[in-house]
Amino acid sequence: MTSADVLAPPPAAAPSGAPRRPGALQTRKRRSALLWFLLLAGPNVALLLVFVYRPLIQSFYLSTLQWNLGSPVARSIGLGNYVELFTSRNFTQVVTTTVVFTVATVGGAMLLGLGLAVLLNQKLRGRGFARTVAFAPYVLSGFAVGILWLFIFDPRYGLMREVLSWVGASSPQWYTQRPWPLVMVIVVYLWKNLGYVALIYLAGLQSVPQDLKDAAALDGASSFRTLRSIILPLLTPTSFFLLVTMMLASLQSFDIIKAMTQGGPLGSTTTLMYSVYQESFVNGRAGYASAVATVLFLVLLAVTAVQMRFVQRKVHYA
Amino acid sequence: MSVLTPRRPAAQDAAATPPAAPTRRDVRPTAASSRPGRRQRPHVASYLTMVLATVVLGAPLIWMLLASLKTSQELYQFPVQWLPGAPGLDNYAQAADTVPLGRLLLNSVGLTVVGAGLKVVLGLTCAYALVFLEIPFKKLVFGLVIATLMIPPQVTIIPNYTLVADLGWLNTYQGILVPGLASAFGTFLFRQHFLTLPGSILEAAELDGAGHWRKLWRFVVPMSTPTIAAVTLVSVVTEWNDYLWPFLVIDRADKMTLPIGLTLLQNIDGLTNWGVLLAATVVVTLPILVVFLVLQRRLVAGLTAGAVTG
Repeated sequence: MTSADVLAPPPAAAPSGAPRRPGALQTRKRRSALLWFLLLAGPNVALLLVFVYRPLIQSFYLSTLQWNLGSPVARSIGLGNYVELFTSRNFTQVVTTTVVFTVATVGGAMLLGLGLAVLLNQKLRGRGFARTVAFAPYVLSGFAVGILWLFIFDPRYGLMREVLSWVGASSPQWYTQRPWPLVMVIVVYLWKNLGYVALIYLAGLQSVPQDLKDAAALDGASSFRTLRSIILPLLTPTSFFLLVTMMLASLQSFDIIKAMTQGGPLGSTTTLMYSVYQESFVNGRAGYASAVATVLFLVLLAVTAVQMRFVQRKVHYA
Repeated sequence: MSVLTPRRPAAQDAAATPPAAPTRRDVRPTAASSRPGRRQRPHVASYLTMVLATVVLGAPLIWMLLASLKTSQELYQFPVQWLPGAPGLDNYAQAADTVPLGRLLLNSVGLTVVGAGLKVVLGLTCAYALVFLEIPFKKLVFGLVIATLMIPPQVTIIPNYTLVADLGWLNTYQGILVPGLASAFGTFLFRQHFLTLPGSILEAAELDGAGHWRKLWRFVVPMSTPTIAAVTLVSVVTEWNDYLWPFLVIDRADKMTLPIGLTLLQNIDGLTNWGVLLAATVVVTLPILVVFLVLQRRLVAGLTAGAVTG
């Protein structure tokens, strides 16, 4: 690629006197490439080192300290934070909430998203508009969306109360009575991400060869049977991609919870991610929070690692 | 935060070429009907389900807009009043009295434009270096960049917060901007695209005496506009909606972005003044909604090319 580099010496590296020996030419060329590399890739790489790798490693270290945010004193306590974490009642609740939230949001989004994709894959007039509407929430601020839905869920004046009254139901105490706050947050998360899942599934559905579907139809398979036995297996790579993507996103969600419940009431909507924020920036226990962050990181890493292995195995299948 | 899925065919070139149908705004009857094979006519049930789904998914946004135009009396009553009696902008005016809405909008626009612009430039230059320059340990550098896609920014907030505080960057624009500037996602997409560029053109450019700088801006960039558009739009959406980091770094109203200003408004007004809160919510969401509606195809191509959120 860069064999002709020497014809165009970059201004940054133009020493006086032309090189005579091929060796010197080679060296000069190499040095020029290195210089350009530093110039072009350097800033990005430096930023990543300072703001991603440095804090990642420092976070491991901080998790071994008893240290309050902003405090000049820190005490090394080894794995003390982890011991406290895994033995605290509070942590059991956080893990349970995280699991419920993740399973409900990921599972719900995938099921509903697939349904929506199958629906919109039919030749329906106006399906382009439906897609636009379904995808729109995905690009909106999670915090703003949380505020909007808080209004909809208002137990006294909310749209949800109105809709529930149509079927003769009364509104639950969405803000205060468990488990409703968690349900509320899950519903909003689903609404925001459904369109994305549907869109990815739609792309998958459109790559299913038409003749396979025709053959199934000729064999007298019902459309449900075709979906179950032919289309869904072909969509496995798509499903797996979505499973991983949605899990990673769901485990890190913050702004919707912040807007709607602030992790409450009584910690019933505090996920691992929210707990990192709360322990460090509300309770000030930065050392302990770093331990929670490390646990979260390991969970995310495990999810990603499983994905990488699967992706490598399934490459020909996809 | 993002997942690296180089093998997924849809992800691979989604940014380079507009992906198949899902991103189309309108149904293209020609493309659809050119497919052979008998298809039964869609049932009425399908239409009903689609209409229902569209209404359910779209209603909250309409509701937000309507509510922001209502008076307090209209908002605080049950059964709900569907339409504002006399639509007015009082709620917007009141929101602007409570928080500096204009300033927030300006901050958001400025930070989004500068942030997204720098991200694209950093990604472009880094990807160029990774593809077109021959240096030892290039693979290692690429691995280093790409691996950060798997490091959730949330894990890095505490040390980054400490660093930014030590630098005296709390309540500054650079405090919001700089820590999130590096572009792994952009670098990845640009690199994928650069690898597909015809080498002959670049070799010709070299023979004409073009240096790397000129090759990048005069040859590579013009051949990459779809990818650049996709990365730019994704960055715009991400920067605009970014919440946790600016929320931690800023507590002075005049430096806040819109979502953080909305938090301030929520803290001040609580749940006692829905109209004002919803007016501000419209101000936060409407600009990005407009961007989405106008540039839907490119934006969706970028967003589905890898999962970028928050």
